[in-house]
Amino acid sequence: MAVKKFVTGNFYDEAVLFPAVKKVRRAGYKIHDVFTPFPIHGLDKAMGLRDTSLHTAGFIYGITGTATAVGFITWALTVDWQINFGGKPFFALPAWIPITFELTVLFAAVGMVLTFCYLCQLAPFVRKDHFNLRSTDDTFVMALECTDKTNDAEAMGFLQSIGASEVQVQYKETGWWLGRYDKETKRFGLKEEAVH
Amino acid sequence: MALLRYESQVRPPLVEGDKDYHQVTEDICRPVEAKPSKLWWAGFLISVALLGFGVLSVTMEIIYGTGQWNLNKTIGWGWDITNFVWWVGIGHAGTLISAILLLFRQGWRTGVNRAAEAMTIFAVMCAGQFPIWHMGRVWNAFFVLPYPNTRGPLWVNFNSPLLWDVFAISTYFTVSLLFWYSGLLPDLATLRDRAKKKWRKMFYGVAAFGWTGSTKHWQRHEALSLVLAGLSTPLVLSVHTIVSFDFATSVVPGWHTTIFPPYFVAGAIFSGFAMVQTLLVVTRKVLGLQEYITIEHIDVMNKVIVLTGSIVGIAYLTELFMAWYSATEYENFAFFENRLNLNSPYGWSYWIMMGCNVLSPQIFWFRKMRRNLVVTFFMSILVNIGMWFERFVIIVTSVYRDYLPSAWSTYYTPSIWEVGFYLGTFGLFFTCYFLFSKFFPVIAIAEIKHILKRSGENYKEKMDEIEHEDVNEFSEKHGHDHGA
Repeated sequence: MAVKKFVTGNFYDEAVLFPAVKKVRRAGYKIHDVFTPFPIHGLDKAMGLRDTSLHTAGFIYGITGTATAVGFITWALTVDWQINFGGKPFFALPAWIPITFELTVLFAAVGMVLTFCYLCQLAPFVRKDHFNLRSTDDTFVMALECTDKTNDAEAMGFLQSIGASEVQVQYKETGWWLGRYDKETKRFGLKEEAVH
Repeated sequence: MALLRYESQVRPPLVEGDKDYHQVTEDICRPVEAKPSKLWWAGFLISVALLGFGVLSVTMEIIYGTGQWNLNKTIGWGWDITNFVWWVGIGHAGTLISAILLLFRQGWRTGVNRAAEAMTIFAVMCAGQFPIWHMGRVWNAFFVLPYPNTRGPLWVNFNSPLLWDVFAISTYFTVSLLFWYSGLLPDLATLRDRAKKKWRKMFYGVAAFGWTGSTKHWQRHEALSLVLAGLSTPLVLSVHTIVSFDFATSVVPGWHTTIFPPYFVAGAIFSGFAMVQTLLVVTRKVLGLQEYITIEHIDVMNKVIVLTGSIVGIAYLTELFMAWYSATEYENFAFFENRLNLNSPYGWSYWIMMGCNVLSPQIFWFRKMRRNLVVTFFMSILVNIGMWFERFVIIVTSVYRDYLPSAWSTYYTPSIWEVGFYLGTFGLFFTCYFLFSKFFPVIAIAEIKHILKRSGENYKEKMDEIEHEDVNEFSEKHGHDHGA
């Protein structure tokens, strides 16, 4: 977690944003992120992000639920305490399908949501730095990360040339910290003067 | 890009008026950010009063036991379980809209899914009350969970449909809540970033979990929504299937039928859509969201109502046919004497059900009626009454006279505390709904923006020009660049 230097620019039209992302990558700048008010299909591909594995995680959680249900019920009704229901077999698998199904869904859903929150670092009382508050309204905000070699003025000029407006340099914390949005809370591990 | 966003002119716009992204945010956030109106306060206070009456009714039941209700031998499930099944059924439309229509790529769901999902959650909360308080000694309610206990441990009966219900309803509630809330995160972030007042920044800041709108996060969010929709689809079918098993696995004439699962699911969607109509016809007007929940949306949902209502009608007729075809005297008696015969003690309830559920929705074959708000509102109430009577008919007319005439029960009417409990769940439902409509965006803002450039009226008008353009000219102007 560290405060880094970024060059940011705003876009107002996806039709301008898409070619801009390609041009930025071709020019060799490092895109930190693009913040959008709604999901834009294909933008992740354009930015060169890899596919998410959340589906796979969901499948594994689901299978865990299935195994838990079948395993537990089998143990409870055939080993631990057998109950004779009118002479029917103790191992009554068809009757366990409903609960097995429900637990599969429950495990998959809860597991996936928790994984999603973990991966995206989302939780109540989590505070993050935002580049532009209008990125949840109508603005697509592109943030280029400045490295030692980056020439700020050049990067700003380049962003402008590919259609970005309100281009500026910003210093932002890339991680999260515990805090609330109604008051300025200190980012952890940072001295006040380090925050520009 | 223009090509990718093309949508046929045959489809009417889903968002009316001249909108851009910012205008969408403004329109949907306005009711949340404005002071509550007098109408809102009136509705809210009435709901809280009803809730209070419900709490009193339940308290009476806790202190004096289920004897406070007019249940008798053999009617052990009266209003209580009728209300339970009715509320669970209502919840189903929300999941249908949010999950099944997402898988079917139905764009119109975006206008109504948020409110419908909220309705699902509140309806399931109401439904859950009934079996819980029906236990009588409610302080022992945790006995339904399989936990290591000092009685052996003696496990719960995993072969019982009543236990399947425990798992089904609790899973349904949890998954619906997660689905709804994960969808809400970006919109809560929108409200947080617009907030001016301190408490709003605090409240929406906490509620939005620190959502930023990062592309990677959106990618995961999309994956999550799709998988949750894929999970919710069989889940919603399973829930009412399992509820129907509560009846169908017994040997009571009128309950012991294999048609129950599909028939219950269709009925659930039917009543749920009726409740969505009741809520949205009022919500869109009061919150001024007519451009987002358009007459087109109302029309489409009325089509679903006439379809599912007719499926339910077919199920009723099939039941009658099977009762006759089975040549079983008990089945015959349950259907032709207890139900169909208007002169039998509960015959009237069967005909209310038939009238409200099968006959009246047929009015929606007419486009004019589907698009008439007064008719829609009136019909939605009628359907909900009809579907309540369906559950009443199934439960009461089956058990009050079954096999042995010596076991036939006396006429059952609910006590004031039974009615009060039911009214109390209305209080709970509407209290929650009023709070939701005040503090949360009732329309999914991000999803509307997502379809805006394809289905928004002002964008479709531009498409109209494109549609009349020469093909070669068009491809030259709008075709995207495939070069390097």
